[in-house]
Amino acid sequence: MTSSPIDLKNALEGPAASGPSDHRWYPPGTHITVRGLSKRFGATTLYDNFDLDIPRGQLISVFGPNGCGKSTLINMMSGILPFDAGQVLFDGKDLKDTRIGYVFQNYREAMFPWLRAIDNLRYPLKFLKLSKGEMDARVDRIIARFDVKIDLNRYPYELSGGQQQSVSIMRALIVEPEVLFMDEPFSALDYEMTLFMREQLQKVFMETRTTTLLVSHDLEEAVHLADKILLLTRKPTRVADYVPFDAPRPRDTETLSSPDFVRVKAHSLEVFQREVRKS
Amino acid sequence: MNPTFSERLAALIPRLAPLWGALGFLFIWWLVVTMKVIDPVLLPSPADSFKALWKGMFGGTLLHDFLRTVTRTIFSFVIAVAIAVPLGIVLGSSDKIYRGIEFIIDFFRSTPASAMFPLFLVLFGVGEKTKIAVAAFGAALVILFNVAYGVMNARKLRQLAAKVMGASKTRVLLDVTFWESMPQTFVGMRSGVSLALVIVIVAEMFIGSTDGLGQRVINSQMIFDMPEMYASIFAAGALGYGLNLLFLVIERKFVHWGGK
Repeated sequence: MTSSPIDLKNALEGPAASGPSDHRWYPPGTHITVRGLSKRFGATTLYDNFDLDIPRGQLISVFGPNGCGKSTLINMMSGILPFDAGQVLFDGKDLKDTRIGYVFQNYREAMFPWLRAIDNLRYPLKFLKLSKGEMDARVDRIIARFDVKIDLNRYPYELSGGQQQSVSIMRALIVEPEVLFMDEPFSALDYEMTLFMREQLQKVFMETRTTTLLVSHDLEEAVHLADKILLLTRKPTRVADYVPFDAPRPRDTETLSSPDFVRVKAHSLEVFQREVRKS
Repeated sequence: MNPTFSERLAALIPRLAPLWGALGFLFIWWLVVTMKVIDPVLLPSPADSFKALWKGMFGGTLLHDFLRTVTRTIFSFVIAVAIAVPLGIVLGSSDKIYRGIEFIIDFFRSTPASAMFPLFLVLFGVGEKTKIAVAAFGAALVILFNVAYGVMNARKLRQLAAKVMGASKTRVLLDVTFWESMPQTFVGMRSGVSLALVIVIVAEMFIGSTDGLGQRVINSQMIFDMPEMYASIFAAGALGYGLNLLFLVIERKFVHWGGK
């Protein structure tokens, strides 16, 4: 187990400095701690005193039964949705001191159609107080990293679905976020495009090692991309299982038939079905 | 491969369709005049009417009246936009405020602006100001209603996307909500300018005017100069049609993402 001295210090002291909430211990290398998270919608309790640790630099897939609140979880963590009680800390910091990126499922409604693709890409940079030179450097870097042939001078609605979602992912990554949230980013794309996008995402992930939370409704995708698969129960939602999958990267379509993949997927499916039947 | 002549002609025919209607209309008009179905004093021939239109626009005084009406309409429209767009954005972005005054806006929007003439006459006197003020009032309410509606129905996801990227409330309003309301704002501006024209013409007829298309229509009617009256009506029609077309073109250029 490797971890930086700062992590170790955090790990030893816990997030004690940051508030009145629990000081529960978390393992070294943890990036995000969720403690006592509670959320009710009217009479239904979706989350009640929910705890979770997200390790640094890993890609975590979130998978679970319909309506268990997969998206709600990352929406609360990313500040899109308020929660009733609890705490989410990034390296012990609050969300407002943390740079995040978020990729929505519905790229059509998440892009700004009045801006050209390139200006969509630049948009989040204006909140970072960067110099003009640094902004241009960031844009060039992200384009080089993604190496997709997209005419960025076009408007989003002139691009294909895959291209739009690529721009949308680039827009989330251009701020060099500490954490990347993705809400079913490929589910509106066809299978060919989905495979291509998984490859792209992995490539970028291997280069940047950005802590990533990926909500997926496709178990194959969830396992294929993940370092750990977070399996959730029906509501009130708890962690059903937190399954590691450490096949080497880059993973390709052959990974999909490797014994390790098949085993992890089968296990995850079993947990999932057990949870579904419980109702 | 270049399209052949006959192919090009075939492609042209549907685009000429509006022309058949116009020609048909003129033919029936001409027929009615030649067969003397209507007293020729009341209905001059198309040729006489268009002659009056031509002479009035090029060398006559019709152009002056036409331009006066255009100026008044544009002026009141600009005032209406300047008031209604910022106000509409503010109202639309707050559910509470909007619900509180929705009824009042809807009520005055539904009140015929012509019913407000006497009130505005008392407030602004018999002059230029009254005409422009009533027209601006009518147009502003239509625009306001549409802008507020556009703002309220802005896609929540785009606002969230901006928020999650670090935009403040004001920035979300300026960078997202404002643009999101654009298509609906243009609908409002198009109805607004048409309404402004209607009100200006009526005001020119009845509120002590010495010029403008409205005054010209009613004057020629009173002295029974029918070709002149039809010419003025056509000029007003062309103005209304032209304004609508102009706004459609600007809208298509500016709100290029609309409906996509």
